[in-house]
This record gives sequence, C-alpha cells and structure tokens, in this order.
Amino acid sequence: MTVRRVMGIETEYGISVPGAPGANPMVLSGDVVTTYAASRGIRPAQASWDYADEAPLRDARGFDMGRGAAHPSQLTDVEDPTMANVVLTNGARLYVDHAHPEYSSPEVTTPRDAVVWDKAGELVMREAVQRLATVPPGVNLYKNNTDGKGASYGTHENYLMSRRTPFARIISQLTPFFVVRQVMCGSGRVGIGVDSRTPGYQLAQRSDFFETEVGLETTLKRPIINTRDEPHAVADLYRRLHVILGDANHCDVANLLKMGSTSLVLAMIEDDAFTQDLSVLAPVRTLQAVSHDPTLQSTIDLADGRSIRPVELLRTYFELTSAYVEQKWGSDVDAETTEVLTWWDRVLTALEGDPMDARRWVDWVAKLAVLEGYRERDSLGWGDPRLRAVDIQWSDVRADRGLAHRLAATGRVEVLVPEEEAAAAMDRAPEDTRAWFRGECLRRFPDSVVAASWDSVVVEVPGERSLQRIPILEPLRGTRAAVGDLIEGAPDIRSLLASLAVADGPSD
Amino acid sequence: MAGQEQIKPGRRDDGPDDAPEPAAPQAQVADTDIDDILDEIDGVLETNAEEFVRGFVQKGGQ
Repeated sequence: MTVRRVMGIETEYGISVPGAPGANPMVLSGDVVTTYAASRGIRPAQASWDYADEAPLRDARGFDMGRGAAHPSQLTDVEDPTMANVVLTNGARLYVDHAHPEYSSPEVTTPRDAVVWDKAGELVMREAVQRLATVPPGVNLYKNNTDGKGASYGTHENYLMSRRTPFARIISQLTPFFVVRQVMCGSGRVGIGVDSRTPGYQLAQRSDFFETEVGLETTLKRPIINTRDEPHAVADLYRRLHVILGDANHCDVANLLKMGSTSLVLAMIEDDAFTQDLSVLAPVRTLQAVSHDPTLQSTIDLADGRSIRPVELLRTYFELTSAYVEQKWGSDVDAETTEVLTWWDRVLTALEGDPMDARRWVDWVAKLAVLEGYRERDSLGWGDPRLRAVDIQWSDVRADRGLAHRLAATGRVEVLVPEEEAAAAMDRAPEDTRAWFRGECLRRFPDSVVAASWDSVVVEVPGERSLQRIPILEPLRGTRAAVGDLIEGAPDIRSLLASLAVADGPSD
Repeated sequence: MAGQEQIKPGRRDDGPDDAPEPAAPQAQVADTDIDDILDEIDGVLETNAEEFVRGFVQKGGQ
C-alpha cells in the first residue's frame, strides 16, 4: 500500500475589486483567465475546453439526475463562449467556474506533487493580479473558501480509485475520517455560522456549509461525501472520488497531509483493511461541532458507544494505516508514503499536546496564533473587523499583501515546496501522468491544438478537413517515459499523429 | 527522494523527549516573535478594516 495514486486539487479563488464590491465577478473572473492566457500566448479560440465527455449529473450510486431536475449551477458542461476556459502547458485547466476563477491542477501521482502544482496555481493567479494591477484599481484574488457572509466556494480534491471498491464502503469508512480531518488540515475562520452571526473562531472555512452526509450537489445542500461519478478515465476501471469539503491550504504540511492521509485511508478502504467500525454519530452536526472547538478538548460520539476527542480518532486512523503499511511493506515502503506518515505522526503529536505547537504546519493554528496576538495586544473581541480583515487578507495571493505569504517569507511556516519549484510548475507538466502529453502538445504545437480536456487532445492538421481527437483515457499513460521520444522527435502535429498511430495512441 | 529530504527534524528534537527548557525565557521568545509578526502585519493590513471586510462579498461557488 502506498500514498501514490493519481490525484489533483482544484481551487476556486475569491475575487474582488478594491473599493467596488458591486463589480461583476463573472466578467472579472473572465479577465483573470484571459489576461493570464494572453501572457502565455494562448488565444481564447485556441486550447479551449473539449466538453465531449463531461457528464456532471452522473451519480456514483448508479443513476443519472434528469437535467430538468438539476439546478442551473450544476450544468457545468454547457459551453458558453463568454466564459474563458483554457488549458495551460503545465496540463492544468484555468477557467471561470460560476463567479470565480478556478485553477484545476494537472494530474499528479504524489501528495508532494499535488502541493507543487497547487502552489503553481496560486502563482498563476498572482501573475494575473499583477498584470491586471496595471489598470487601477485592478483585481484582488484570495485563496480561501468563504466571504464570511454566507457564500462559500470550493477547493476540491480528486483521487483516482478502483471501480471495484463498493461505494457504500467508501461512505461508511471515509465519513468519520472527514469529520475530523479538519483538525490537521483546516485553514481557520473568524466567525461561526455560514454568515458569521456568532463571533468566534473555528478550525475550517467550509464546515458550516455542509448540510448532508451523501449527495451529488456541490453548491446546494453540500454533502460530506460527494457522489459525482465522472471519472475522466476508463469508466469500467476507475472512479474519480471528488472531495468537496476541504479548505484551501497555505501551509505545505497541512496540504501534504490533506492529500496524503486521504490517499492512504482510501488505499485502506480499497483493500478492505479497516477491521473496526469507526462510525461517528450525526456526522454533519459533529463536523461542525469539531470545527467550533479550537481547544480540541470536546469529545465526539462514536457508533460503538465511545466518546473520544477528534485527535484520538485521527490517531486511530494513523495507527491502523501505519500498521498496515508496515505489515505490507516493512522497510520497502516508498519515500513518499514515509514522508506523509512522518508528518502525520508529528502533527498529531503536537495537536495532542498544546495545539499551538503545530503553528508552523497547520493553517488554522498559524492563523489563530496571529489573531490571539492581536486580541491580547489590542484587547479585541472576536467580532472586531480587524480580526475579520486579518482572516480575509491571510489568503491574498500577493506576496507582499497576503499574510500567509508574509509568515512563510519570514521563516515562520514550514516550507516543503520552495517558490522556485512552484514557479517552474506554472509552465511544466508533471512527467508521470497523461498531463505531460496534454501539456507538451500545447507547449510544442500551440497552433495545432484546438481544444483539450482531461481525457482528450483535439488537434487540427493542416490540409485535413476534420479535426483529430486524441483520447487519453488512461491517466498513467501519456507520460514522458512512455511518449517523450515520440513528441520530442515530431517536427509537427502531422508527424506526431503518424507516430502515435504506429505506437497505437499516446497510451503506450 | 527529494521529498524525503525536505523533512527537517529540528523541531522534533526540541520535543518532549528532551530536557524541558525553562518556561519563562521560552514564553518571552514566543511573545517577542508574535510582537514582530504583528508589527509586520500592521504594516500591510488594510487600514480601513471595517470597509475592507464589508466590501469582500462573494457569489457562492461549488
């Protein structure tokens, strides 16, 4: 068992114009996408999104939701020419989702790479902000998940899983983990309740916005386990688990743990290796209760009758997972898995004692340390606007204004991925997934690629009457090791197609 | 692997296994550090916090 699997992070950024709260966020988000695309020489008509295989209303439980029954916001596959939507040479998708610019990272295979290409996405947004700032008042972007006034927007994780794993088992064994995962991965939030009506501080940006345990929706009645079944891969073999309850992270350690611990728990579920029932009573209410207790001392009720602290349940998941890794691999465990287990243990140990000891690693703790400093120095109550301003500005993507970036720059936050590495990942795709084929096609043949998506690249060959659609349905093919020679040796798109045909597609 | 080398065991070494340091100096260091952080944040924090917070209005997303 390993932490490695195909995964990715997609983030919707908060957007605002200084001094103009009424500005149209859809138009602004379009400006963000087109400005960045132009900076990379991507024209709107080029490298747009290929929607042919999108089916957002398909449900993992086995039924399709009628389009008539769907809220308009669920209809993400309807092409709207006014909506900017491009693929970048790093294999990511940059587009306007509802009223936010969204960066969907390319597929990676390790939690650390997930952090690398997630940070690259924030640098993409930062560059757009810098370019837009040349025309005052510019546009500001925030890597957070709520405005504190009732609106929330997502940071979603995706994990490729085996189709053979029964979905009911995923629900029952993943839900308790998700109820408490926020203790080590939450980004912290000033205000309790979706509209912050109760002054206070809580662990997670998103927890108050969840209303149900299982469901298909992402914008209404948000569920702890999302059932969207849109694998973007060979559907008979794979499921893409779409996780919607996480927060956007600035702390690399928390981000690594979010992806890594979840991947390991999913591997346990795939192997049916959990030997005890860890079900939590009333998961939605408990999710919120856990978020509302930064002391971490309140207990939660388990279905087996025990009442334990959230960190104890996380410790149980850690012990079971690390024991299983040890049993299966012993000293042959891969370095990526060891890195995640080491941080998981270290962060839990800190949280079990004085949670403040995790301030270098966990966003909500880092943010709380600053807020408590203000409260003490200036005698501020939790309802004070200065504390809410700190909360929002924490996630400003600009290096000089974003408070999380200021803390990282002064060595107060553990940095696992240096900024130079993230900057390089703005233009380069991960080499060990099909993202490499997608990104490299765009990088080498920008004038020939008409559209692309997670599982296809559509190209125009000079002199041919119809477009050619190259399927990339296997996420672990189309890697540099597999097709690097073909792409690097092809002088033009026609040559590439010819050599792919001989090699039976980018798959091999 | 590169990722593995990123782990810095430094803080772990000040952990509970080691001899505890005197409480007062440690608290002082922490206080000084938070003061430095606040000074730095004071320099960049939006000057009109109330207006800034009121102006940060988002449409819902996913």
